[in-house]
Formats: sequence, structure tokens, C-alpha cells
Amino acid sequence: MTGFRSILFDESGIGTGIDGQEAPEFFTDLNLDQVVASITAGREEYNLKPFFHTPLSRVETINYRHDILRDLENQALFGHIGSFAQKMRAMRGHLAQADKLHYKYQKQRWFLEAADIYCDAVSCLTHDLTLADLRSRGFLAFREYLTTYTKSGDFGTLLAEVRKLKADLSGVRYCLHIKGNHIKVSLYGSEPDYSAEVLQAFEKFKQGSVREYRFDFSADPEMNHIEAAVLDRVALRFPDIFSSLDQYCQRHRDFLDATIGDFDREVQFYVACLEHIERFKSAGLLFCYPAVTDRSKEVHGHEVFDLALANTLLRKSAPLVTNDFYLKDPERIFVVSGANQGGKTTFARTIGQLHYLASIGCPVPGREARLFLFDRLFTHFEREEDLQNLSGKLEDDLLRIHGILERATPNSILIMNESFSSTTLGDALFLGTQVMQRIILRDMLCVSVTFLDELASLSENTVSMVSTVVPEDPALRTFKIVRRPADGLAYAMAIAEKYRLTYESVKERIAS
Amino acid sequence: MYMDRDFDQGGEISPNEAALTQDLELDTLFGAMAVGDKFLLEVAKRAVLTSLDEPEAILYRQHILADCLERSAIVREMYAIAVEAIEREKKVWGWGQYPEGMLHRSVEVIKQIMDLLRRLRKIADEHGAEFRSEGFTTLFRMFAGELDDDYLNGVEDHLRRLQFRDGILMSAELDDGNKGTRYVLRKPWNPKQSWMERIQTWGEQLFLRDRSDFVVQIADRDESGFRALTELRGRGIGLVAGALGQSTDHLLSFFRMLRSELGFYVGCLNLRDRLAGKGEPICFPEPFAAGKVILSGRGLYDLCLSLSVEERVVGNDVTADDKLLVMITGANRGGKSTFLRGIGLAQLMMQCGMFVPAESFRANVCDGIFTHYKREEDSSMKSGKLDEELSRMSSIVDNMTPNSIVLLNESFASTNEREGSEIARQIVRALLETGIKVIYVTHLFDLAQGFYLAKMDAALFLRAERLADGRRTFRLVEGEPLPTSYGEDLYRRIFGAA
Repeated sequence: MTGFRSILFDESGIGTGIDGQEAPEFFTDLNLDQVVASITAGREEYNLKPFFHTPLSRVETINYRHDILRDLENQALFGHIGSFAQKMRAMRGHLAQADKLHYKYQKQRWFLEAADIYCDAVSCLTHDLTLADLRSRGFLAFREYLTTYTKSGDFGTLLAEVRKLKADLSGVRYCLHIKGNHIKVSLYGSEPDYSAEVLQAFEKFKQGSVREYRFDFSADPEMNHIEAAVLDRVALRFPDIFSSLDQYCQRHRDFLDATIGDFDREVQFYVACLEHIERFKSAGLLFCYPAVTDRSKEVHGHEVFDLALANTLLRKSAPLVTNDFYLKDPERIFVVSGANQGGKTTFARTIGQLHYLASIGCPVPGREARLFLFDRLFTHFEREEDLQNLSGKLEDDLLRIHGILERATPNSILIMNESFSSTTLGDALFLGTQVMQRIILRDMLCVSVTFLDELASLSENTVSMVSTVVPEDPALRTFKIVRRPADGLAYAMAIAEKYRLTYESVKERIAS
Repeated sequence: MYMDRDFDQGGEISPNEAALTQDLELDTLFGAMAVGDKFLLEVAKRAVLTSLDEPEAILYRQHILADCLERSAIVREMYAIAVEAIEREKKVWGWGQYPEGMLHRSVEVIKQIMDLLRRLRKIADEHGAEFRSEGFTTLFRMFAGELDDDYLNGVEDHLRRLQFRDGILMSAELDDGNKGTRYVLRKPWNPKQSWMERIQTWGEQLFLRDRSDFVVQIADRDESGFRALTELRGRGIGLVAGALGQSTDHLLSFFRMLRSELGFYVGCLNLRDRLAGKGEPICFPEPFAAGKVILSGRGLYDLCLSLSVEERVVGNDVTADDKLLVMITGANRGGKSTFLRGIGLAQLMMQCGMFVPAESFRANVCDGIFTHYKREEDSSMKSGKLDEELSRMSSIVDNMTPNSIVLLNESFASTNEREGSEIARQIVRALLETGIKVIYVTHLFDLAQGFYLAKMDAALFLRAERLADGRRTFRLVEGEPLPTSYGEDLYRRIFGAA
């Protein structure tokens, strides 16, 4: 047997206890909860969220996943995986139904059908993978595993027996003679089809179209006790077939291979990602496999966007603005200022989302990106609660940032949004500067959205990014965040115009 | 009724049905056809108001009607059979929601109807040869060919068997969940089994198993068991029950169709009898294809007037071939309106395949027959009346196609003559230029004179005849419009003053 263990983890990266993984703390701040909900929607049965809640620690594992995704971009392979998944789902449905049913021969038949679907799913997938042009280590190893498995005697028996039994059962034909309260079950003796004869006799009266009479009988898989009793008599009429069925169910109780079962679940991680981004691609938005590194902090991104926001706008068919960013050594910190409602928080979230999505080996929203593999990701966003207690809020802010700085390492990323906005300008400036200096000292990557222009030029490690407005109409936002010295004036002018308090406006108003 | 389809009682009829009925007094005609029978009344309305637009289709009906006129007793008997079939079905009680209920009811209804089918067959056998029209020949050939004794006996055999006195036999297979499926009703082999089969059964009984091992018996109190048994039987007979249900519907719709179609001809027979009783002439008109402009006849009379008086009424001759405009002027009560109605009725009756009230008549078929008559009601409001007239005209124009005919009776007289004439002139000229035939009875001298002076080839001017002594003959003669009407004459006659 080869070394295949998981389609999600290379040998170095196998995680344990993933299934219980809750969403990280920062998920809500970055709207990643919405993103993951959107990606995994409709796949609840696979319980995929834990995989999305578990960032990877090694670049190799991320590349392992990227390679698999690249394989899956082949439409044919993607289709094969889709039909495999569909069959596996049908198989589980049959097993569940077998479990629910009461009558022995019915349970057994549903079990047999489940095994049949499983054999078909595995055989087809093996065949399809054999013909596929696979490049990724993950798929190559899985193919080898499948080939060995399907050649094994166990699978061979499972398959051969199910075929024979199904053929036998579909040949079962019997007659019911109903008279009074008796139903006699006999072997079918080629008695002529009386319906056909009657239909033919009355065919002559047909002219034009009249109402069709159809009688709906329950399509419920359950049987009533009369049907079950009839089935028992049918089994008596065909004793060999039904005892084979009985034995089959005993012998192959656990026919499902664990590795294949895991594959079926885990591969859905990729399928979900690819299907999700397909919706955006058809709207003209780009995704890319980012270059992920744990060595250099010179990150950049082109035409990146907030995936959660994109999802909302897509539903409204509204256009979306993308942004660019880069850091050159020794730059570490984006200080984002400028007009409110101008896309500052979105920009900060975007950088957080990109790094997180990269850390789980997903494609990221943007034309091209180079991202840093963090050890920890922190967010410091304004908390809505305790608005009436400003000192309590400031204290909470400080406690949280303290806790973050305690745990952060040079390999951590911090996304800050309007920290210390709840105090006086003097306090805010002082606290902001202090905290920023600590962050600089820690040499970590950071995005800080703030109204404090001064923070933008604190050191050579900070980069000033500004939200922009349309020059002719300052009240209109472009949602573009550009690398530029902070300048509060554009925003002030927009506000002034809105209240007709510009120079001309005021003069005019006074003059009148 | 039609060469290529059944007479559809739910079909579309002319949008101007109400106006036609009122202006041509069609209720009198319908009444004479129905003689008090509600169903015949509906059929008459439907048929008369659904015009045919091909001369061939009209001739097809005329030939059938000719057969009917000659063999009226047989046609009436067939009609009675159709009526009885419908009546019998109503008397069979039953409920068709479940297969067994439907099967039972259908078997009962079909049994009742078989006897009527046999009677129709007998008529076909005995009298089929006496009928000459394509329509009847086809019908009788169908009876003779489709309903032969072997077939009818076979059907009755099935009806007996479908009562399942010996229980229901059906075959089944197992579906993917081992539930029974593909239930097929089976016909047991002849009870006299071959010796081989008998030995098999015997062997089975003796050596293999106790027969009762293969029998499921439902306990007396097992209600859900009996429900399940009913459902199981239903699965076996569902197909047959559905088919029988459909057959019943087909048979009934056949008889309904027969009743509707013969109903029309029976209505025609009633009308013929009534007219023959008072010696009024009828004739089969000669239809011409749309596109030609034909309108000629001798002794054309107002059928509805005749039906409402004791004596015979005066007929008129008309020769208006190649005339798109026929403008009728002249004395009040001089027969203008009855002449106009006579033309309308003849045109309408011709286009549904009937005979017409005339000694001879020929005309081209029209796509639409429209009437625009002066309405007597709400005479109080002059302007409102013109509005009403124009709005009616406008909806007529909405529905018109070239090749229509419109009968105007004192239209646009609700305003002064100058205005009325101008309105009418513009409308009429437009109609004529699009190829619509206009028959216009009018007092509007300005209008009539204008058209007369234009000396159009396609215009004919008729005048109510007045003899030298001032008496009216109720005949129309060709002649130019005259500035005065003959109201004075009428006044004098009625008031008897000089």
C-alpha cells in the first residue's frame, strides 16, 4: 500500500482533532464567517467548516493543496469528482434508508443497492483517474491507492456478488391472485397481459384528447404489512436468491473503505472552493494562487477584493472596486486614513482575508498576490458593546491590544480598525503612537485603519494609504485606497460642501 | 359540420354577436330552429354565428342538409339516440376517484351505451345507402366498419370479464427496494389447464409446500390490511380503469358531438317545416370565394319578419354583382330595413351552410359580417348618441378585415345631416378602398348624393319604390337618391288625411 493518507494534508501536515475546530476569534471581524458559510453552503453533510477553521503551518502543505486545486481546474476531472460525490451521497442515502426500514428483505435490498452504488462509484472513479492527466502529488497518490484497492480480492468479491444478486432479483417475476381477502403468490406463468388487450379493445373509441386518468399510488419506500407479507411469500418462491441476499448482507456489513470515505469528504473542500469562486469569475472577478512565503514580509496584491462584500454586491449585481497594495522592506505597516465610508475597513479586511485564505491553501480574490504565512492572525476591531461607558470601552480596547501584543511574534499579522476612537484626540494620539511603536518593535505585519494622520508618518516602517474621493465631486467615493501621504483635507471639503459651508457657499449665504 | 374537424361547441364566435343578434333579429330565427328546446337553441346560435369562410365547406354542409331535408325522420331518430346516450350516462351512479370505483362505473356506463351503438349500426345498415352527402356517407361507413358485431360482442365480453368475479390476477416484479412494481393485469390461462400444468400444480401441492404457505390472508378486523389490499388491487387494475374511464369519456363525447352536429340539422329541419307550412320559398345559395364581389338574388325576403307574421312577406330581387357599395334610400316603411335584414340573414345563413330565404341567391363569402344600426334607446342625449355610434363603429373597425361586409342602417343620423354625412363619407370611402362591402340604408341625402355623383362603377343605388298614386310596394328599384323621403306618404296613410 502506498503512502496516501489524505487529500487535504501531505505527510508533514496531518492535523489531528480537526473535526472539533471552532472558528478563530477574528473570523467575525474579517467577515470570514460569511465567506466560509457561503463556500460550504449546501454541503453541510460533509462538515467542511473545521477544515476552513484550521490554518496550515507549512508552506509545503499549502502548495500540496494548490497543486490539487490546479488538477481540479480540469473540467473533466472536476466532473468525475462530482459524479463520484453524487454516487457516494446516494449510497449514504440508501444506507440510511436501509436503517429506517422495518422488514428484513427490504432492509437487505436497500443495503445491496448501497453496495452496488458504492462499487460503481469506486470503479468509475478509478477508471476516470486512470485516464486523467494528474500532476498533483495528492491525486497521484490517491490514484495509486484506488488502483490497488480495486484490484484487491475484497473489492472484487463485493462487486461480483452484487452484480449477480441484482441480476437475479431483477429477474424475479411473480403473480398475485387476489380474491376476497386472500392473496395467493405464485410463479409467473406468462399469462397474457390483460390490460393491453382491454386497452386495444377500447382503443377504437378514442378521438380527440380527453382527460387522462392517473391514479397516484404512494411512492413511499416503506411497505405496509400486506406488501411485506407478500414479499415473504415471494422469498419462499425464490428461496435461493433470498438466502444469497441474506448472506451478502452479513458478509459485507462494512464494505465502505475508510480512506475512500475520507477522500469523499475532504475533496469537497476543493470542490466547494472552486465552485464558489466560479460564481465570481463569471462576473469578471479574478482569483489567483498566491505565492505564500514564511521568509519575506514583502507582500503585495493586485486587484484584490473583499470576498464577503463581493458576494453581497454580486447578489445585487452591483459593481465592485478592487485595490492594490505592496510593502517593500523595511515597510511593515499600512496606516489607512481618509474619507469615511471610503472603503478603509474593507481594505483592511481584504488584507486579513487574503492572508487567512492563503493560509488554508485556497485561491485568493485578486489578480496576483504574494502573501506571508503567519503563525498567528489578530484583529483589533471596535466593539459595539458598552457605548455608554467610554472609559470602560477604552480600558477594554487597551486590555485587548495588550493581550494581542503579549502573544504576537514577528511572524504574526495584526489588523486594527479605528482603535482608541473612543477617547479624546490627545489621548488617542498618545495611545496610538505608543501602540504603533510597540508593533514596529515587534517587526510584525499590520494594517491599521485610523483617523490619526500622524500615525501614517511615524517611521520608515509605516506606509500611508488613503481612501479617495472623486475630484470633481468630493461627496462621491471611489472606494480606491491608494498609497499616498495622508491628507484630511479632501474629506473635510466634502463634508463642508455637503453642509454648504465652503468658502464660496458661506460668502454667498452671508451676502444674501 | 366540418369536413376536417368536429363541431366545437366551445369555439370562438363573432365578436359582434350581440349586435348581429339584435340588428338581424336572430332570436326569431333561433327560436324557429329550437322550437322550445334549450339545447337546440344553443346549437343554432353557435352554428349560425360561427361562419364558414370557404365555399367548399359551405357546400359540404349544404349537401348534408339536403340529405336531412329528404330523410328527416331518420335524422331525427339518430338525434334522439344521441340524446338518450347522454341521459343514460347521467343516471349511472358512481364515483371515479379510485381505480375500482372508476372501473365499476365505466363498465356500467359503457354497457348502457352499447345498445345505442347497436341501434346506430342498424340505421346505418338499413338506410345508409339512401344518403348521398359526403358527411353522412362517412358517418355511416364509420358505423358499419367500426361497430361490426364481432367487435361489439368482444367489447361486451370484456365488460363481463372486467367485473372480476374470479378475482384479479396480476404479475409483478421487485423494484430497487424489493417493493412490488410493474403490476400488470393478467388474463388467467383457460381454466381447463393442460395436463402438464395440472401435474405441476398437483406436484406443487403434494411435494413442495403446503399451498397455504403462499397465501396471505387478511384478518377480518384488519382495516389497514384491507386498505392495503384495495390499493394493491388498484395497482393491478389502474391502467384498465383509466382506459375505461377514458373510453367512457370518448364514447360520451362522441354522442355529445353527434347530438350537437345533428342538433344543427334538426334545427334546420324545424325551420324548413315552419316555412314550408306557410309556403315561403327556400333555396340553397351559391357561395363564391372571398375576393370576388358577388351579391344577387331573386325573391329575397326577411325571414324573421316572415316568422313573426301570418302571411307571406314581399321578396325583393337584387343584382349587385361587382358592387361594393349598395346605397338604399327612399320612403320610410318602404321595405328598406327588411331588405337590408334580408341580405344580412341570407349572407349569414349561407355562411353556416343553411338554405336561405329566397328563390335564388348567390354571394361571395365574407370574413366578417357586421351591422351598424341606429339605436333607438337613449334618444334624449344627442351628443351622447353620436359618441355611442362612433364608439360602436370604432370597435367594428377593430375587428374588420378586408372581405368583410357591413350593413349600415341609418348610421350617423344622430347628428345633423352635414356632420353625419361627412363622418359617414370618410368612413365609407375608407371601407370601400380596403375592399369591404357596404350596404347602407340612409336618409342622409348629402351623403347619398355625393356618392351618386362620383359615378363609381362599384356602387349601386336603390330606392324604395313608390307608385304614381303614392302607394308603396315594399320593393326596391334602382334609382338615384331623392332629396325627400316619403314620410309624408306614411303620415298620410296612417292618419288617413289628405
